[in-house]
Amino acid sequence: MRHIIIGAGPSGVVAAETLRKADPAAEIYLIGDEPEPPYSRMAIPYFLVKKVTEEGTYLRNASHYAEQEIAYISQHVSSVDTQAKQLGLADGSSLPYDKLLIATGSYPVAPPIPGIDLPNVHSCWTLEDARQIASLAHEGANVVLMGAGFIGCIILESLKMRGVNLSVVEMGDRMVPRMMDEKAGGLLKKWCIEKGVNVLTSTKITAITEVGDEDGSGMSVALDNGDSLPADLVITATGVKSNIAFLEGSGIETKDGIVVDDYLQTSVADVYASGDVAQGKDLSTGEYHVQAIQPTAVDHGRIAALNMAGKQVKHHGNINMNVLDTLGLISHSFGLWMGVDGGDSVEIYNPDLYKYLNLRFGVDDQADILVGASTLGMTQHIGVIRGLIESKTHLKDWKAHLMQDPTRIMEAYLASTQVLDNIV
Amino acid sequence: MQKSLHLDPAKCTGCLQCELACSYEKLGEFNPSRSLIRVFTFHFEGRFAPYTCTQCDEAWCQRACPVDAITMDLATGAKVVNDDKCVGCKVCTISCPFGTVNYVQETGKVAKCDLCGGDPECAKSCPTGAITFIDANLTGYERMQAYAEKSLPSAEASA
Amino acid sequence: MSWTKKILRVNLTEGTCTPEPLNMEWANDYLGQRGLATKYLVEETDPTVDPLSPENKLIMATGPLTGTMASTGGRYSVITKGPLTGAIACSNSGGFIGNEFKNAGWDMIIFEGKSPSPVYLYIENDLAELRPADDLWGKSAWEADEMLHKIHQNPELKIAVIGRTAENGCLFSGVINDLHRAAGRSGVGTVMASKNLKAVAVYGTQGVDSLDNPEAFDKAVADGKEVLAENAVTGEGLPTYGTQVLMNVINSVGGLPARNMRDVGFEGAEHISGEAMHEPRPSDGKPNLTTNGACFGCTIACGRISTIDKTHFSIRDKADQKQYQGASGGLEYEAAWALGADTGVDDLDALTYVNFVCNEDGFDPISFGCTVAAAMELFEAGKITTEDTGGIELKFGSAEALVAVTEQLVSGEGIGPDIALGSKRLCEKYGEPDLSMSVKGLEFPAYDPRGFQGIGLNYATSNRGACHVRGYTIASEVLGIPVKTEQTDTDGKPELVKAFQDATALVDSAGICLFTTFAWGMENIAPQIDAACEGDWSVERCLEVGERIWNMERIYNNAAGFTADDDTLPKRLLKEAIKSGPTAGQVNRLGEMLPKYYEIRGWTPEGVPTSETLARLGLD
Repeated sequence: MRHIIIGAGPSGVVAAETLRKADPAAEIYLIGDEPEPPYSRMAIPYFLVKKVTEEGTYLRNASHYAEQEIAYISQHVSSVDTQAKQLGLADGSSLPYDKLLIATGSYPVAPPIPGIDLPNVHSCWTLEDARQIASLAHEGANVVLMGAGFIGCIILESLKMRGVNLSVVEMGDRMVPRMMDEKAGGLLKKWCIEKGVNVLTSTKITAITEVGDEDGSGMSVALDNGDSLPADLVITATGVKSNIAFLEGSGIETKDGIVVDDYLQTSVADVYASGDVAQGKDLSTGEYHVQAIQPTAVDHGRIAALNMAGKQVKHHGNINMNVLDTLGLISHSFGLWMGVDGGDSVEIYNPDLYKYLNLRFGVDDQADILVGASTLGMTQHIGVIRGLIESKTHLKDWKAHLMQDPTRIMEAYLASTQVLDNIV
Repeated sequence: MQKSLHLDPAKCTGCLQCELACSYEKLGEFNPSRSLIRVFTFHFEGRFAPYTCTQCDEAWCQRACPVDAITMDLATGAKVVNDDKCVGCKVCTISCPFGTVNYVQETGKVAKCDLCGGDPECAKSCPTGAITFIDANLTGYERMQAYAEKSLPSAEASA
Repeated sequence: MSWTKKILRVNLTEGTCTPEPLNMEWANDYLGQRGLATKYLVEETDPTVDPLSPENKLIMATGPLTGTMASTGGRYSVITKGPLTGAIACSNSGGFIGNEFKNAGWDMIIFEGKSPSPVYLYIENDLAELRPADDLWGKSAWEADEMLHKIHQNPELKIAVIGRTAENGCLFSGVINDLHRAAGRSGVGTVMASKNLKAVAVYGTQGVDSLDNPEAFDKAVADGKEVLAENAVTGEGLPTYGTQVLMNVINSVGGLPARNMRDVGFEGAEHISGEAMHEPRPSDGKPNLTTNGACFGCTIACGRISTIDKTHFSIRDKADQKQYQGASGGLEYEAAWALGADTGVDDLDALTYVNFVCNEDGFDPISFGCTVAAAMELFEAGKITTEDTGGIELKFGSAEALVAVTEQLVSGEGIGPDIALGSKRLCEKYGEPDLSMSVKGLEFPAYDPRGFQGIGLNYATSNRGACHVRGYTIASEVLGIPVKTEQTDTDGKPELVKAFQDATALVDSAGICLFTTFAWGMENIAPQIDAACEGDWSVERCLEVGERIWNMERIYNNAAGFTADDDTLPKRLLKEAIKSGPTAGQVNRLGEMLPKYYEIRGWTPEGVPTSETLARLGLD
């Protein structure tokens, strides 16, 4: 039995390890198309501030794959022939498989504006990008960050810590609009401005032009409000798309990402998909879409691998969740953080203290079930929010307590889920 | 036989000796806010509940770590944070459905219970026997695991 | 060292918070908490100051063992000049806030001046700032506590707060922390209110470290815990029954006063005892006592956590007031006695309800119960009428009257404002000053000075008025700790009282709980202090520091205008003999003890420390 995994991110690596455990005799290939050993994109911000070396971003240590008898191949896969069950590689060779996992993740996209291809305009996605950014984002450099979404905000802190003059330009009306509501996003903006970041929301970059400094690095970034910003470096963080182009003609059904069933199998037998490329099930909504978060990616990888090994393990879905540390202000969102129609919610909002907490409950027979939450300035025991949402725990009387005082979430969790027989 | 912490809320008086002992062992100072075992007070109900990581088999924290910083201590079964590797991304803190991995602002890393290498200070310091370190199959730990497997879709069904 | 060596000075008039180094010379002489804060007060204020004026200061102070692993090491004290007595006031509290001050990096907080509008102090480690409290003013301590937790979105925030009675000027208001722990006596909360300071909210994550000798500390602390665990009182009696273990004991030996101390012996004692708190009640089969609870670091865990019977008249019609429907701090012995035996009320649920309200709105159940008892006697004598009480039949034994008066105190209606004066001013107002059972204006706790000679001498000489926890001779006179002395003897009592008072002053300055001394002697305590603190803290030095503190307080009180004439007891206790029971015929024979007490203290017959004494203690 030969298992091939395309994509050496967290989902692919976990899948390979799971396969090794579940199917000890199998041949396992892990294919990545970047020059470095499998690494974590999530660690790039920490590499940028030198908290870790390049090696510190690696998902596993150097000898791990050999020890696990996982054959790591550094190659770009250019096609999949699902009839012949073989892959076409960029070097012209082909590689047959019995079971295939596609975990190719996503790639950054930038808007088609004039100047987007200039040499000092970079995305921040790969280690190579990070090296380029590190070489340009020196102390005092003018840096414009295009996009204040999740990825933009993650990079924001490292840029600030490198001592650059930072401007952030976001089209939406607030920071991280897909993770935070107006209040939380608004507080985050206020916080960043207070920490010396120039934050422009509801603003578009219309063009980037070279202004011909002596060293040739100077750029001017034109905004739709008529202003312009000087820039030595422009970083684009304006969204990502699934890596599915190479599947054209393979017969594998794709929409935004690869369509999968509840066993993470694609429309073609023996071909599975996982991680940021897969439209897996969202536990909160029951819908299938790309979630693109680390915990989901590794869950996918594990469950897909078990199914490849013949274990018949159903994927029940993952909740969406995020954690963000923006210049020391920690925020979270979980599940249906924007709430559901007719569901109760309770909120604490203390703008001068940068504190925010919002709990969302379901409706009807789920009225005492937590379905979503967002927080600002909270760090302790935060995981229980995932626990409560995912387990669909009926909070019973504790819902009323939480509606009165949502900070008692940990008590509510313990009383509702743990072995506390004596708690009334 | 592997041992685990048995937490009995009915015996807990909320004195926090466990939090003192834990922080003293880990940090060399008395700092309950950074203890890896915490006692929760149910004022209205008149109850106290000591709470920490059960070193669950699922190890959501370990699986979610993007840099392999959480590993298992083979001697004790504890899931241990390797400070040299942890980058402080906090993904484990939202992944653990029990809320027992926490981000520590002071260190920029996460922290969780590691069973003190097999001789947990919290258990030794507890004056009422609310925290004991005993054979895993006697701890009610199975009930907690059962809870996890039953109610959490992300638990490994075939484990 | 264990001191953080840092204090916070909060000028409420100016709205400033300023850190300054701890005076280590003073720390070496007065240790911490009660002793050290009193030293600051003595140095910084005029003893004749009006307690409720901006010129008075209020100090919240921890001890060197506060926040450490020493058993019970979580205490803090509130030190000021008290409005009820005009004497030095020092009120000690457990709970969890003491550790929080320490973990935030502060040994002590000195409040001075008066804020122009209501404020609260917010501390998060080095950050300390005064924040507006207009929304909190007018709220009960419990409401304000909940609001502050929500404002700061931090369940771990620790809060010390005053209730509405303090705001209304009730002279026996305390400072409530952690919902049901209190710096309860002497009206320290009233002083806090007079400064427009509603609350202190603190969160600390810095850690308490730098023990002088960690190895010795670990051993001394472990030894101490073992002694507590093996002792019958601290290892069994207190966890099981709390201080309420005493109700039946004290009653049986002829020392339980009743009905404004007119009687000794209370026929209803067993209904309000620690044992009764364990009895299932008919309505729901649950006992009054839910569990025992500990303060920070305490391996004794004497605290009572109780509920009120939901069918009881006091809360039957208050289903919407959730605070009475669940558990909270239950009856301790002194409260059960003052609210119960001293008013003649033997209704456990009524007492539990009133005790809840004492915590909810921050007033001292001892002074309150005794003042109600005095009012009941005045009512019986026709001095107070239903016109004064808003229609309440204020009779001994009436639980309904007790509950109604409690609610009047909070609302400021009926007899409430008169009760708020405390028994001394109440009885003066109604023309019967001798009916106030108080010393220096502070009401008595639950041990009759006629039944126990030693405690009578302690009450008479205590620096904050009639207080049992200044020199708890009951330990010796009833429990035989450290040795049994005959309760009706006066021989040896001056020596006993002095020894207890000095030792207690040291314990109150260390950051640990006095209740440890049921099991611990100074030989158990000194090694813990010695290992924690720099320098050599021998038993002898500890006792000397205790004696120094006692004399410093005495000098302050003398300067505030007190004389030997104030070292006395109400006439009733000196003249009216106990009518029946094991101690029948006894009065307190203070006159046999006081001169000797002055002598062994090294004081003149006028109660003034001699120059030799001052020199010996370094107080000259």
